[in-house]
Amino acid sequence: MWELLYENLEQTVSVILFGIGLTILLLQRNLIRKIIGLNIMDTSVYLFLASMGYINGRKAPIVVDGIQDVEAYINPIPTGLVLTGIVVAVSFTAIMLALTIRLYRRYRTLDIDAIMLLAKGEDA
Amino acid sequence: MSIVHNFPFFSILLCMSAGILTSMLNHRAAKWVTFFVSGAVLVMSIFTLNLTTSLENSYSFMMGHFPAPWGNEIRIGRLEALAATGFSAVLFLSVIAGFYHSPTFVSEQKTNLYCIMIDLALAAVLVLIYTNDLFTVYVFIEIMTIASCALVLVRQNGHTLVAITRYMIMHLFGSGLLLLGISMLYGITGHLLMEPLHDTIQGLVEKGQYTDPLVVVIALITAGLGIKSAMFPFHGWAPDTYAFAPPVSSALLSGIIGKSYIFILIKFYYRVIGIDFIISQDMTFYLFYCGIAGMMVGSIFAIFQRDIRRMVAYSSVAQIGYIYMGIGMGTAAGVEAAVFQMLVHSVVKSLLFLSTHELVNVSGDRKRFHFLHGAGYRNVPAGIAFTFASLSMVGIPFTGGFIVKLNLAIAGMNFVGTMRALVLIALAVSTLLNAVYFLHTVVSIYRKPPADIVYPEKEKMPRYVAAALGVSALLIFLLGVVSEPVMKIIEKGLQTFA
Repeated sequence: MWELLYENLEQTVSVILFGIGLTILLLQRNLIRKIIGLNIMDTSVYLFLASMGYINGRKAPIVVDGIQDVEAYINPIPTGLVLTGIVVAVSFTAIMLALTIRLYRRYRTLDIDAIMLLAKGEDA
Repeated sequence: MSIVHNFPFFSILLCMSAGILTSMLNHRAAKWVTFFVSGAVLVMSIFTLNLTTSLENSYSFMMGHFPAPWGNEIRIGRLEALAATGFSAVLFLSVIAGFYHSPTFVSEQKTNLYCIMIDLALAAVLVLIYTNDLFTVYVFIEIMTIASCALVLVRQNGHTLVAITRYMIMHLFGSGLLLLGISMLYGITGHLLMEPLHDTIQGLVEKGQYTDPLVVVIALITAGLGIKSAMFPFHGWAPDTYAFAPPVSSALLSGIIGKSYIFILIKFYYRVIGIDFIISQDMTFYLFYCGIAGMMVGSIFAIFQRDIRRMVAYSSVAQIGYIYMGIGMGTAAGVEAAVFQMLVHSVVKSLLFLSTHELVNVSGDRKRFHFLHGAGYRNVPAGIAFTFASLSMVGIPFTGGFIVKLNLAIAGMNFVGTMRALVLIALAVSTLLNAVYFLHTVVSIYRKPPADIVYPEKEKMPRYVAAALGVSALLIFLLGVVSEPVMKIIEKGLQTFA
């Protein structure tokens, strides 16, 4: 059991990170912490995805010394996907932070439960 | 290869470039560009539908310079073309009917930004319908999430802010699950394009390898897309978001954006995993029970709403339940009925949101039922449209809703024992519940208004808005009367899907 976990170290770590992120996202009431949890969750998936393409002892797939042999490099597709994913994560983090600023300006708190209570009292 | 073969690609490209163009225009020109683009996409989708129904099989279209296992591609079949036609028609009609009072919600400086988001949402919907690549699905789902966030937030008050915060948290959680599922699938198979994925998975299933990881992948992706499409029990974000958004945004969000997630789910089941494996693992039954629970709970909550827009929003949850019940049956007949319900509900729900807004508008922007008394007389076209859409929701003959319920019942009759009884009882009870709240609303908009309420001066609704509402109602009628060809396309499309 432990050996198996150690053999798949990246996957194990990313599952633990996913759990941490998810717990923060669901249980924290502070909006900034929720956003941090979301980012941890996404980063764990990127680690998971990047580790799929990594082959021990090989190099990043950039041809420098004229070596064109496929055996010399790692699988570039997951790396490319992770880059795309990071761009997505950056953009929605920005949106969530902008939203948080709006909410704070309006309600002067970052506690999501308090904000919901305050909003309920308003006229639709 | 004729020019029509390129139309799906053109329509995606047109939406994206229109988004860039509208950012540089003033508000009036931006609106015209959006009208034009949605109309052009509708026309091109009709041509594509015409082409694909004449072809025996679907065709794929290479994107970029690399052929299939390496490069990206889109796939065009009759089911995709039908969905694209239906969704772009709904978007076109909603934009016509809803844009004229957008100044109440969107300031002039922000109108072109609003138009960009509509273009972007349409582009994302089209990509999700046509794409053949799972990672493209993820990227465009995120784009759609961001676009729909902006579509709601354009109306700036506390309610939309809170609703959209919940929306974003739930949706980003859903995207996380989806991404994890896609990465696991890539880890197992080494592919992201749907055809090679399907072949590899078929091989694994035959050898009996990786069964547990595949089950986890299916669960992750189903949960991710279920959260995003407001499947019960993940529907918590939906009512507030739909109720407080501007009318065009609610029509688009519940009419087409929510449906495209379900379309992707069907695509994933049929084209990636293979429905036989999912049935053999007893996974469709979860969808079946979630669907039935959604039908009941959504309707019961809708009955207790005091605000007409929240009632319409809760009825969405119930209607999504019908779709999931159909998919959950796992049989071809069930999924066909579910796809038909997707089309019907997308027209009906957008019509309901738009006509509700008109009715509320002539009642002095008050949404409680007793202020709405007599609204059907103050705005006759909107009243008729609302009544007709309500009849379809209840499932009166000559409307699309009737055919949906009929097809679902027929699909349910193919089972024996508990399943058959459950389908029929669920349909009967939910029809009754729908009748309670929709007919109650219809009666209340035609009741005599109380004498002590002063209504604002009537602002004349432009003729083209009435025409757009009328065309939507006509579509519902047509789907109810000549459903046969549409069902044929769905049936053939699902066969070529696998």
